[in-house]
Amino acid sequence: MTGMDSQRHPIVTESDVVRVRQVVRTLAVAAKLSLVDQTKMVTAASELARNTLVYGGGGEMMIDLVDSGRRRGVRAVFIDTGPGIPDLDLALTEGWTSGSGLGLGLTGSRRLVDEFAIDSSPGVGTTVRVVKWSR
Amino acid sequence: MDRIPILKMGNLLLVSIQVDLHDQLALDLQDDLSERIVATGARGVLIDISALEIVDSFIGRMLSTIASLSRLLDAETVVVGMRPAVAITLVELGLYMPGVRTALTLEHGLALLGAEVRVSRSDEDEIDDAQGDREPDGLAGYAPVRAGPGGGEPATTGAASRGDGGRTGDR
Ligand SMILES: Nc1ncnc2c1ncn2[C@@H]1O[C@H](COP(=O)(O)OP(=O)(O)O)[C@@H](O)[C@H]1O
Ligand SMILES: [Mg+2]
Repeated sequence: MTGMDSQRHPIVTESDVVRVRQVVRTLAVAAKLSLVDQTKMVTAASELARNTLVYGGGGEMMIDLVDSGRRRGVRAVFIDTGPGIPDLDLALTEGWTSGSGLGLGLTGSRRLVDEFAIDSSPGVGTTVRVVKWSR
Repeated sequence: MDRIPILKMGNLLLVSIQVDLHDQLALDLQDDLSERIVATGARGVLIDISALEIVDSFIGRMLSTIASLSRLLDAETVVVGMRPAVAITLVELGLYMPGVRTALTLEHGLALLGAEVRVSRSDEDEIDDAQGDREPDGLAGYAPVRAGPGGGEPATTGAASRGDGGRTGDR
């Protein structure tokens, strides 16, 4: 899988979360994702960007188009240097929240994308990588 | 500071969300709507989300909260115009928005609320009339309609259909 033209977008304010959604939409269209798949990817990105902002204390999204030879896709990586997630299994439990959310952001976005990887260490930060491929 | 406009039409409040919602804007709408329901005595709230390209768990929760709040304040909320791609995504996200009634189009949503509001108003009159012939039973105004079957015979059709449709979400 090769990446092209990686872009960085800060996630520091609520408006940045809105901008992230717009950027993800633009790349999802460029990757020729179907309308439903675009919507799934944008929704997942909205959840993850909010987590970066609210729990990670801000961070950024790196996004690029990827190519597997046969298919194109969008890859988005959400990075923060916040407190990290002490118990990943718990955080990946549907409905679990340490705040006042619905606890659907991580589990829901995992279902909405084709690839989902999370890496988090207490005191270091959290990185979530998602990919959605064209069909 | 921008706000989502809330229009009043008769005893309905109408909201059409035309911007990409950031979280604070969603929370403001929740607060503004509760205030306007109380201030206007509105009986229905119609929220058009046809311009929304996504509904994530935050926006979904806002819609659920508005529906619950409005119910506590004696008004019904109907969400109209959800895009099919948004609906498909919501199901996969795992967000079911309990208590949120939906209609496909503005017309259907208005009919749903209009019918309900009209039914409850005319029931109210009938009950008032009927109560004139009976011992006062302590139920005043529109309370019998909201109380459902206990409200008395004259209201059965309207109140029953209202009770069934009004309390359960579409999904
Ligand atoms: N970037 C992050 N940094 C620290 N903790 C996080 C991060 N993302 C998620 N979490 C933790 O995982 C939990 C579950 O997240 P999520 O599924 O999005 O639900 P919610 O946002 O409703 O709490 C959060 O409550 C939080 O404790
Ligand atoms: Mg979240």
